Amino acid sequence: MHVIESGNVAAATGVKLARTQVIAAYPITPQTPLTEKLSEFVEGGELPAEYIPVESEHSAMAVCIASSTAGARSFTATSANGLLYMNEQLHWAAGSRLPIVMCVANRGVGAPWTVWNDHQDTVSQRDLGWIQLYCADHQQIHDTVIKAFKLAETVSIPVMVCYDGYLLSHTYMPFDQPEQEQVDAFLPPFAPEHFLNPEAPRNFNTVTLPDVRPDIHGNTAPGYMEIRKTLHSDLRGAIGEIEKIDGEFGEIFGRGGEPFVEPYRCDDADYVAFCMGSLSYQVRDVVDAMREEGTKVGVMGLKVYRPFPDVAVRDALAKCKGVIVLEKALSYGNQGALFADVKSALFSAETRPFVHNYIVGLGGREIKTEHLYDALTESINNEAAIGDEPQWVGLKM
Amino acid sequence: MSKEEFCNMISISEPGPGDGGNTGSWRVLRPVLDATKCIPAKTGKPSCFNCWLYCPDGVVTKTIPPTIDYTYCKGCGICAEECPSGAITMVDEASFTKEEK
Repeated sequence: MHVIESGNVAAATGVKLARTQVIAAYPITPQTPLTEKLSEFVEGGELPAEYIPVESEHSAMAVCIASSTAGARSFTATSANGLLYMNEQLHWAAGSRLPIVMCVANRGVGAPWTVWNDHQDTVSQRDLGWIQLYCADHQQIHDTVIKAFKLAETVSIPVMVCYDGYLLSHTYMPFDQPEQEQVDAFLPPFAPEHFLNPEAPRNFNTVTLPDVRPDIHGNTAPGYMEIRKTLHSDLRGAIGEIEKIDGEFGEIFGRGGEPFVEPYRCDDADYVAFCMGSLSYQVRDVVDAMREEGTKVGVMGLKVYRPFPDVAVRDALAKCKGVIVLEKALSYGNQGALFADVKSALFSAETRPFVHNYIVGLGGREIKTEHLYDALTESINNEAAIGDEPQWVGLKM
Repeated sequence: MSKEEFCNMISISEPGPGDGGNTGSWRVLRPVLDATKCIPAKTGKPSCFNCWLYCPDGVVTKTIPPTIDYTYCKGCGICAEECPSGAITMVDEASFTKEEK
């Protein structure tokens, strides 16, 4: 069914089609219409779920942790400072290996206050042990939410579905909304083998000591370090699962096929602009303009930020002469986090392209296509002069 | 997912003695029960049992007289604090010989 709706509603209908059982959320701009839509679905009887209003984002995640531990498919959503207010519980959800799905409508982080879009909120949360997926349009938001539940429940790791605040959350776009039967065929009911059960009482996530310990049966139970190593290994293993689930999704819905990076005119490109979210689609206009002038340039959107698909990134970028990483976030005091990750992935390549870092659109600063054109042109023409230092685009003072 | 895989994924415990290891080794003070003062021991009747009720680690038995499992008793002293007849004394572990330990 083709519909024209906002990005937040594209996410909400995905959550409904996934037959989510528990939703706990606290409204925050620009995520608010998503949670409002979900409460409408629940109140109207369209979604037989428990909607739990909470007094904070910390509580929202705490509720999801509890409901997921009890064996219910659980969802929440937030933005910016709300995401950061959950921080401690986010670590807990990952360490508890709970398949919670959360949408984040990306927004800049205060201070100073901003309600507009950049990626600092989720990029700053990259080391939680969550999977982070980024969407470029409404169809991707809708599909990624449905896929996220399958992925989370397959690998027992929570998944963040990130999309640009306002640019996607509040704009209206056509997208295809699948039938419930199709989604049911793709996503079976959540039926964990292990959950809180009074018939077999167990204590989850009990304190660990620095060393391993014997359990009551005399078997060696893992300590903190073993449990953390398993989380990391399973996150790395999730890269293969993402590809597999993308294939399964494609068979039923006819969409997908580019699980990690979405290239545009990259096949023969000497230079590739590399970014996350809706920005990669905007850069396509710049690519088209520069191609007309004879510059072999392409753009690639990254869909999976954690686990970082380093092999896919290396394979996609190692052949070209230069990579221009356009970022809406910064690891303050160093450089763009994505920039550092791209360089790290390319380090073991036989020949390495130059990699430049451009910081754009912080706090919703308008990203003009002409600014992107200038940035790409500058990067390509000044390979040696531009080092690792992030270049700021669109500053007015 | 097998139970073993799941148990390696997170920290998990089942009710039973010793899930936290030999916690008796943490003890600095040992609760020692004097049966001549203990109410159930003196009367021969199931009564009081505050030590059993309050023990946070469940290492005191509801028997006549109550017994304390020193393999897991951490020596917190709550039983001594709650005993209405002063029958439990906390004794420095250093004062016991190797055999007594």
